[in-house]
Amino acid sequence: MEIFRSHVLICGGTGCTSSGSQTLIETFHKELEKNDLTNEVKVVKTGCFGLCEAGPIVIVYPEGAFYSHVKIEDVKRITEEHLLKGRIVKELLFKEAIEEDKIRSINEVDFYKKQKRVALKNCGVINPEEIKEYIAFDGYKALGKALTEMTREEVIDEVKKSGLRGRGGGGFPTGLKWEFTYKAKGDQKYVVCNADEGDPGAFMDRSVLEGDPHAVIEAMVIAGYAIGANQGYIYVRAEYPIAVHRLEIAINQAREYGLLGKNIFDKGFDFDLEIRLGAGAFVCGEETALLNSIEGKRGMPRPRPPFPANKGLWGKPTMLNNVETYANITKIILNGSDWFAGMGTEKSKGTKVFALGGKINNTGLVEIPMGTTLREVIYEIGGGIPNGRAFKAVQTGGPSGGCITADHLDTPIDYDNLIALGSMMGSGGMIVMDEDNCMVDIARFFLDFTVDESCGKCPPCRIGTKRMLEILNKITSGNGEMKDLDRLEKLAKNIKASALCGLGQTAPNPVLSTLRYFRHEYEAHVTEKRCPAGVCKELLAYTIDSELCKKCGICAGKCPTSCIDGVKGKEVYKIDTEKCIKCGACMEACPFNAIDKK
Amino acid sequence: MKSLEELAKIREEAIKKVDIRREREGTRIVVGMATCGIAAGARPVLMALLEEVKVRNLKDVLVNQTGCIGVCRLEPIVEVYKPGEEKVTYVNMTPEKAKEMVAQHIVNGKVIDPYTIGAIE
Repeated sequence: MEIFRSHVLICGGTGCTSSGSQTLIETFHKELEKNDLTNEVKVVKTGCFGLCEAGPIVIVYPEGAFYSHVKIEDVKRITEEHLLKGRIVKELLFKEAIEEDKIRSINEVDFYKKQKRVALKNCGVINPEEIKEYIAFDGYKALGKALTEMTREEVIDEVKKSGLRGRGGGGFPTGLKWEFTYKAKGDQKYVVCNADEGDPGAFMDRSVLEGDPHAVIEAMVIAGYAIGANQGYIYVRAEYPIAVHRLEIAINQAREYGLLGKNIFDKGFDFDLEIRLGAGAFVCGEETALLNSIEGKRGMPRPRPPFPANKGLWGKPTMLNNVETYANITKIILNGSDWFAGMGTEKSKGTKVFALGGKINNTGLVEIPMGTTLREVIYEIGGGIPNGRAFKAVQTGGPSGGCITADHLDTPIDYDNLIALGSMMGSGGMIVMDEDNCMVDIARFFLDFTVDESCGKCPPCRIGTKRMLEILNKITSGNGEMKDLDRLEKLAKNIKASALCGLGQTAPNPVLSTLRYFRHEYEAHVTEKRCPAGVCKELLAYTIDSELCKKCGICAGKCPTSCIDGVKGKEVYKIDTEKCIKCGACMEACPFNAIDKK
Repeated sequence: MKSLEELAKIREEAIKKVDIRREREGTRIVVGMATCGIAAGARPVLMALLEEVKVRNLKDVLVNQTGCIGVCRLEPIVEVYKPGEEKVTYVNMTPEKAKEMVAQHIVNGKVIDPYTIGAIE
């Protein structure tokens, strides 16, 4: 039998792949060969470790040594020092992996310590392209248990009791959805996985599919058994090529092992899966639009009811769940609903995965128990705001969510608390903003996105969001009036009340929540024609402080429109604001920070 | 897949290959693998230890290599850390001695005194 004394895990998620982890893998193979270690050390490509900011990431077991920002030239050293001689290369470790000269393993680093990995349990631990590794970590045990020891009703009951709610954003109780579809009458039923993740800055589902595709497949088979379906579809966007590739491999392996197909576990239950690729329309994340898209129709929503549980794919009862929701199912079946319900808050059980981004030190993927406060996520796990800037707000829920201010940082995260604050859980995007972010501009950015992605079927969304965007553009360009703020608010409320689907109903949220918490910024734009954060170009004027100016002339040399005048060494420089195009090149170039924008 | 037993069998086999990535709190066997250790033949000793631990299916035992332990003339050196016990240092190890050590010390809990640094010095 082959025995490997050491495993080198290299992240093969999208983030690390784009920073060159594939070449790292090849280089490790070459170096190991050179040192005659190929029979002793195994290189494993895994899914996302979560700390994308530090990528490419390499973990060496059994020590759990956590190397970050690994470059091609580091591979030789890691191989010769660590793998051959057993000396961990300290200066290549992740900065927090060394404390007072003591080396800490990956699980002891702050970023991971506070996390609780349920949906991401196997991500960064197993090779997602190898079903045996999944099985080694209790894979398909839940399916075995469900099929051989539990009735369909018991499975649904267990999911219901766990308190699991939809992780795609809606937060609808998953068990109820299963029960509705189970009770729906029909000879043919379907199970669908919604992997059409589209929020700007969100990549939770992608990471689960890339790092642990079998977890989703296994859960879908369990779901099929519970509701009485024998066919499933995974709707995933074509712009996730690594996820699609690994899903294909995983489905084929599951078929090979008889975990998909006919007579699974000899219980007379058949189930198979197919992948459907989406073209990347945001609206296709809405369930009825998604179903239309699977059927080959244009991805547009339709009014509900009837809900898909009664009338879904090709008019048959269909159960849709999000990727992360499925990723929780196998653990609930294995560990029991009580275990799952033991985590989280009264009405939000379990954990939630967040994609942490924006002005934050540890950009990446985190999974925390519900009820963890925003402060813990941002400061303890996320490592706080870079460059000593002040925290301003955190945006959750993407284009459907809203901004939460510093006053509410101690709020425990759960579905209901976030809604009460005018935001929402959404699928789990979390974008941190500091004092250099203009909140009007943020609202404009998200609205611009929804205007682009509106399918155009219903007028409130098609016309309403467009009008809102026009007003926002008017404000950010310095032409706003106070009446516009009231107009915005009125429009927003009307759209929320009348749009056809979730996209339109939530599209005004970024505007409403910034109006609620940052009205003073809107007012500064309107009455003072000033952007307090210095973002909205048309409201900015670059000026040179005559006392700080050292008359060096560097700024004048950089100006593309030659609008800076002065005499080198003799006369302070001045910007002609009429000609200035506000590119900011002078400000960046000035060695004395004498240039200001206001 | 026809039964839970079949799945369990695949799992038992597969676990052996990924076991190294689990956290554990058992015994640590450390082999000095600096230049001196490698030159004195530490590599076959390490491989023998790994094999013996696998064959005996010792789940809570971790075999690992380390740098120079300091007494290069007595390499290959193997150190055993058992929780709650004092560290034992074996010197001048060979693959055969290493296997014997696993059987006697790790499994039966009896330190092989003649092989330890105390007996040599």
